[in-house]
Order: sequence, then C-alpha cells, then structure tokens
Amino acid sequence: MKYIDEYRDGRIAQTFARQIAGEVKAGASYRLIEFCGGHTHAISRFGIADLLPANVRMIHGPGCPVCVLPVGRIDMAIGLAIRPEVTLCTYGDLMRVPGSQGASLLKTKAAGADIRMVYSTLDAVRIAEAEPSREVVFFAIGFETTTPPTALAIRLAAAKGLKNFSVFCNHVLTPAAIQSILESPEVRTLGRVRVDGFIGPSHVSTIIGTQPYEFFAEEFGKPVVVTGFEPLDVLQAILMLVRQVNEGRHEVENQYVRAVTRDGNAIAKREVAEFFEPRKSFVWRGLGVVPYSGLRLKQAYAAFDAELRFELADAGGEDNPACECGAILRGVKTPTECKLFGKLCTPDTPMGSCMVSSEGACAAHWTYGRFRDRARSAA
Amino acid sequence: MNAILPDGMARVTLSGVSMEISIALVGDVGVGDYVIVHVGYALARIDPEEAERTLSLMREGGLIGPSEMMEALP
Repeated sequence: MKYIDEYRDGRIAQTFARQIAGEVKAGASYRLIEFCGGHTHAISRFGIADLLPANVRMIHGPGCPVCVLPVGRIDMAIGLAIRPEVTLCTYGDLMRVPGSQGASLLKTKAAGADIRMVYSTLDAVRIAEAEPSREVVFFAIGFETTTPPTALAIRLAAAKGLKNFSVFCNHVLTPAAIQSILESPEVRTLGRVRVDGFIGPSHVSTIIGTQPYEFFAEEFGKPVVVTGFEPLDVLQAILMLVRQVNEGRHEVENQYVRAVTRDGNAIAKREVAEFFEPRKSFVWRGLGVVPYSGLRLKQAYAAFDAELRFELADAGGEDNPACECGAILRGVKTPTECKLFGKLCTPDTPMGSCMVSSEGACAAHWTYGRFRDRARSAA
Repeated sequence: MNAILPDGMARVTLSGVSMEISIALVGDVGVGDYVIVHVGYALARIDPEEAERTLSLMREGGLIGPSEMMEALP
C-alpha cells in the first residue's frame, strides 16, 4: 500500500543500521524509550533491535492504552455490564484484559452479560438509537487518538436527543505519563530507568502536535524525536536521537512531517476541550497515581457520564502478585524477566495487561521477539 | 479515499478492505487523498510533498541512488 511499502525498504534499513553503528560512540550508552505501543509493536515485528549496536537499547514505554488501565477500572466496567438494563460497548482489545480474580469482559459476556465489541464510537451511538430500551454505555479508553472520537459520539448522541447513551470515561494524557516517567516520586520509589531520549508517538502527535514535548526537552534536557510507525521511520528517528545525544542537544525534532505539525489537529483538540476536563489524578497500571493525567466529562455533559448515571464507586483491585506488568510498563524490567511470561501467561491466557494488546510489550515479545532469544541461546 | 459520503463520512480502502469512516476530525480532504485512520476516524491527511521529501532524505541518507532505489521497491 502506498505510504507504507516504501517505508519498509530493507536495503535502506541496512544502510541506516550501518550509519547508526558508525555514529555511536564506543563507551557511551543510548537508552531510548519508545513511549507508544505502536512503536513497541513495530520494533518487535520488524526486528529493529537486531539492527542496532549493543549500546543502543530500546526501552518499551507505557503507551499502550489497554495495558495501563488499572484492574479497578476493569472491575467497574464488569460491574456495569452485569446490570440487566446495561449494554456495554467496548473496543475488542479490552475483552480479555484480566480484572480481579481472573474475571474479564469476555468471561462476563459468556456468563450472559450484554457486552458488544464495536469498531467505532459511532457503532455505540447506532446501538443506542436502535435499542431505546437499553442503557448503552461506551467503555471509553485510550490516549489522545481515541478521545476525539468519543467527543464526537457524545456530540452526535446529544444532537439526536438520545437519553440512553453514556460514556464510562477512562481517557488518559500522553504528556502527563511522560512527565511521570521523568519525575514522579512513585516511579522513583518503584524503580526507574535512565532515559537518554524519547521516540515520540505517531498517531497521538497527529492530534496534539509536537509542541507539548518542548517542555520535556527543555525542562528535563532529553531529546525527543516524533516519528512514524514504519521501520524506516523508527530507524531514522534512532539516528536523529543518537546525533542529538552525541552533540549534547535536547530538542524536539519531527521525523513524521508527512502527518504531524507543531500544533496538531485543531478540530480534534477543540472537540476534546468542549466535552472533557482533567481529573485531579488518575491511577495507571505501572505508574500508580499520576496527577492530571486522566479526563472526565465536563459538568455541562454530566448527563452522558456513566460514572454519575450509575453512581459508580472507584474499585481498588489488585494485579496478579507474580505479574511484572508494572515494572515492564516503566521500562525497569523486560518481559522475559517475568516468571509468568510464556508459561502461565501467553496471549491465549493473559495474566497481565501487557500480554493482551498487540501493542503490549509482552505480547510483542511473545509474537516476535522470543524467536530472537531462541536463536541467540542456540548460537 | 474513494468517495465522500453524507454526514461527514467517507469510503476508504484499508489494505484491500473497503470501509466507511468518519472524516469529521479532518477539515479539507477529498477523493484520492491518503488519511491516517484510527478507530473508524480519519485523524490526519498524509501530506504527499512532505512524504516525498522524507523518502528522498532517506534515500540520500541511505546512500542509495535513485535507480537502485527503484529496483529495491516492490
């Protein structure tokens, strides 16, 4: 497909790899964190780690929306779904995320709850319109890419006068999570990893632009390169980061100029600002409580807020104690350092969230990376 | 994009699959444009000139001549 195939050219990739190897300084180390789960997936799928010198290490960040949703919010969604009047609409990758005591939306659906997978928020609005006797709740999760679609669904439901549509809002903010990795005391006490540079997200940046990263580059002295999801994009971004580190620069650079501008998508930002406001704090799996990192519906749209409509209380909920998703999401541990990985925990029987979504570090390593481990141990 | 439909929708082909998506979040798009689609919404239009510039930089940086590059493409 155009704009994809040409960015996967293996010969250019090899040349980028030679350039990176030629420019890294012996004795220096380059620890680069890719924030976004889409990059985690691409790096595993295209074997990018194999093309890099030993002193360039890619650290998987927390930018997988399914992975960072805490157990308590899954439990709350299950609590909603088992109410007889409720139809819970959800993106498909949430279905298998483990809640407390091994519960999941998939098992809850099998037990008879009315849970429906949707592709788009518009599907949820259509269901509410077609079935006025049902209380249709959209389980909204994700970063800046999925928030504008939720905003438009509320706008549409309001225009249609739908009284049986609401949103269980779990939208989170990328800049808050990056800041948390860099400075939060919770993360510090739980163990933290040294970061020399950031690969900035692709799709998130089409919405928010490159401007929000300028604060991190300046305040924390870390270079940021926003890049696309194709392998040549990622390799070029790594080369750009290596050059910034070598030259002692910490700037925001945009490799993904074909889709990302400094200011982002004005329509999408306006829609989000109309319907949502920041929560004082939100809990992330792996990062703990992160101030001003989540969104909720504004007072003017409280009628569409499922948390108010169904008087939902925050549920605690604990991960499986042996699960290392928290440390993996902070880049402190790798998937193979988890006792459950590949044994009790596989994509068919996920014990932790990182094994559920294809963007999760564990699922990506299980699907692609473990074959590299095997080749290495055989060699 | 293959067709603009009523109510802010459009028909696109995604890896050979034809589907209806919302273009309410992107302003000025038309038939023939490439867009980034996420959960049924176009988030951004691909700028063809910037895309070509990135590719040329990659080819130059990659020290591969244009003729060699053509062979390398599928």
